[in-house]
Amino acid sequence: MLKRFIRTFSVSKIWVGYVLSALLLVFAFCLAITVGTVQVPLKEMLQIFGGTLFGTYEGIEPMFTTIVLYIRFPRVVLAALVGASLAVAGASFQGLLKNPLADPYTLGVSSGASVGAVMTIFLGLTLPGLGRFTLPTVSILAAILTLMIVLSFARYVDRAMKMETIILTGIIFSSFLGSTLSLMITLSGEDLRQIITWLLGSVSMRGWEYIHLIAPFFVIGSMLLMWNARELNAMAFGEERAHHLGVNVQLRKYIVLVSGSLLTGAAVAVSGTIGFVGLVVPHMVRTAWGADHRHVLPLSMINGASLLIVCDLIARTILSPTELPIGVITALIGAPVFGYILITQRKERRG
Amino acid sequence: MLNVTGVSGGYGEQIVVKNISFHLQQQEILGILGPNGSGKTTLMKLISGLLPPQEGTISFKGLKLSDYSSKQLAKEIAVLPQLHSHAFDYTVRETVCMGRYPHQKGMFAPWTEQDEKAVIDAMEQTGVLQFEKHSIQDLSGGERQRVFLAQALAQEPKLLLLDEPTNHLDLSYQKQLLDLLKEWTTSHELTVISIFHDLNVASLYCDRLLLLHHGETVKLASPGAVLKKETVEQVYQARIHTQAHPELPKPQVTLLPKHGQSGDDFITKDLFHISSDHVHLTAPQPLKTLSSAVIGPGLGWHRHFVNRHVPMDYQCDDSYQDMCNYAGEWGWNPSDTVGMMTAVMVEDVVIKEFKTQELSIVIAVTAGVGNAVDVALAHEREHPSSIGTINIWLFVNGKLSDEAFIQAMMTVTEAKVKALQHADVKDPLTNTLATGTATDSVMVAATQSGNSVQYAGPITDLGKMIGKGVVLCTTEAIQQYSKRKKHL
Repeated sequence: MLKRFIRTFSVSKIWVGYVLSALLLVFAFCLAITVGTVQVPLKEMLQIFGGTLFGTYEGIEPMFTTIVLYIRFPRVVLAALVGASLAVAGASFQGLLKNPLADPYTLGVSSGASVGAVMTIFLGLTLPGLGRFTLPTVSILAAILTLMIVLSFARYVDRAMKMETIILTGIIFSSFLGSTLSLMITLSGEDLRQIITWLLGSVSMRGWEYIHLIAPFFVIGSMLLMWNARELNAMAFGEERAHHLGVNVQLRKYIVLVSGSLLTGAAVAVSGTIGFVGLVVPHMVRTAWGADHRHVLPLSMINGASLLIVCDLIARTILSPTELPIGVITALIGAPVFGYILITQRKERRG
Repeated sequence: MLNVTGVSGGYGEQIVVKNISFHLQQQEILGILGPNGSGKTTLMKLISGLLPPQEGTISFKGLKLSDYSSKQLAKEIAVLPQLHSHAFDYTVRETVCMGRYPHQKGMFAPWTEQDEKAVIDAMEQTGVLQFEKHSIQDLSGGERQRVFLAQALAQEPKLLLLDEPTNHLDLSYQKQLLDLLKEWTTSHELTVISIFHDLNVASLYCDRLLLLHHGETVKLASPGAVLKKETVEQVYQARIHTQAHPELPKPQVTLLPKHGQSGDDFITKDLFHISSDHVHLTAPQPLKTLSSAVIGPGLGWHRHFVNRHVPMDYQCDDSYQDMCNYAGEWGWNPSDTVGMMTAVMVEDVVIKEFKTQELSIVIAVTAGVGNAVDVALAHEREHPSSIGTINIWLFVNGKLSDEAFIQAMMTVTEAKVKALQHADVKDPLTNTLATGTATDSVMVAATQSGNSVQYAGPITDLGKMIGKGVVLCTTEAIQQYSKRKKHL
């Protein structure tokens, strides 16, 4: 009863969702910039940003400026972009597959993308004409390929494409691809520990270069998904129903799958595999503000950004000076949420 | 408006629906019937454009379905599927609003007044407006079905396709939903194609029925022509009986189960109980009866039979209720009882058994002729006068057809007239020979086991027995009545 009250109250006040999410993002941003091995006071931070904008640097300690502008700021922006990409990709996969457990990680798309990324990095691939965009491009192509294989395998196993079948297939492919990665790395003779740290995900020491890598894909992918928000609403009732409502299902399905893979591939290329962001964030957004994808997608973006900023902050401060891989933190939060969703889904179906 | 010509289709190699053709009139309701696996749902998918036909063409308003874009088609044709899956917690309103999708253009399509009106109208008509803000996961199956109907109606389609629309609905919502659709066919120029499992519901609401079997058309015609006993029995492999609906010229189908009416006990004279209050018989098993009694009239199945004595000055506004109460007091369930009334002393009842080799009957008559009437001159009377009643019961140990029931009634009546002539009973007003009294009643009851009797006219075996028996019993009853009159 309480839940229904919250729902009905908050659906009519969707703007409350946007305001809260935005405030959360600003808060997470300030926190992540100011907190660390060196504490930067909030006032200094504002002065530094103000100074950069207006060209006035008077009275600010240069060390703070370096930390804020060259270390923490790009790191936070990258975390935000990766979080937003993964969350919105998760939300759209879930809508498309009518499956609240789908996300780039559980579907195996992240693993596929990391195989692509590792291949590029450690074989030193450069595709002609792409230059440094080879990395995200290969990742994205690998992500799309993996998704296609996972979905056709799941369809082959079970025509009805039950929730569990898709997830199981995703996890099988995930571990298969994971082993392939380990094999590749072992054979290449590189330092295993370093690679594993990369695989568990990190946004540290990437700099502006990586932000340039992900930004165009983020913009294109999320715009394509936003354009299909209403179609996702219809498809959440099943492809047949969507067809009857007038959705060009074949076309829209491929747009959503490609956009989701685009976002995942780009995110993995710059930060490694960070799991469960795409699962946790859309779930919380839906619980709080309803299932309408026109709002779920943008709200997932904002909150995904906040979540990953905070996770990254925790990862680098909790065992300071040692830095944890960010994927460890997201998995610690995400796996229990995954279990919780599975239980509630089961209960609903039984009841 | 919809033209289906020689359509065959299915999934991959497997052809499920073969060579179907029909033309749909505007505002028509077409019902699709057929046993499980007869291709009903596949045909629906072909018509909704979900499956492309492998042969033949389907055109809507002169254009092939494949020439429409998804959105254009959704503006014309809406579908209410049988099963709904929904993974997320949409509210009722959000769900119904999705029905406006084909009417909106572009990504940032504004929500127009027309959109709002269509959504509110659809929710109102289907009775889900009160749940507007509830999550569809909190609704019952029937409520959910109505939400999805509202979604389909919000599309403002010209053609609505339904796959067993009444599946999850209780009786009252079934009726409401179908009445609503019927109404929309005129008020919104809606045309409907619907799959039905329930032949009777289909018969009531559809203008035409398409009966499918193994993917082929068995018959496409009006309900009366499709729901023929032989056709339905052959397609569904089940014994059925068809009869007329009490209010509409539509056939209704009744299943005839394997297990028959249990018990084949005979009705005999010994089963009667006679007291000054009533003549009563409780049959060992329900009997099929046709009567003009006060309670339990018409055709039905009854176990208790009572002919109750009431005083000469009996006046009651609601004699039906009074008779029900009376039966109830004696422990006879009123819905199981055929009850008649008479002012005659019921101890004077004449009960006789008659037998041939195959059949036996029991006749019971109470007669009072104080109010005898000549039916030929009855129109000259102005007031109904005092009570006088001939109540005749006929029990047949046999299986009567419907026509045999009616003929038995006729034969009983004719025999009664003859008995009155024998007794020289006259209409006191016209002084001509009477044909009956003002309030006579007749009941024919049959055990419906044993030998079948197709006809019961006067020269059939049964008719002969009835004629002889009723004349004998009635004559004797009139004599008893006259005797008692003289004593008074």
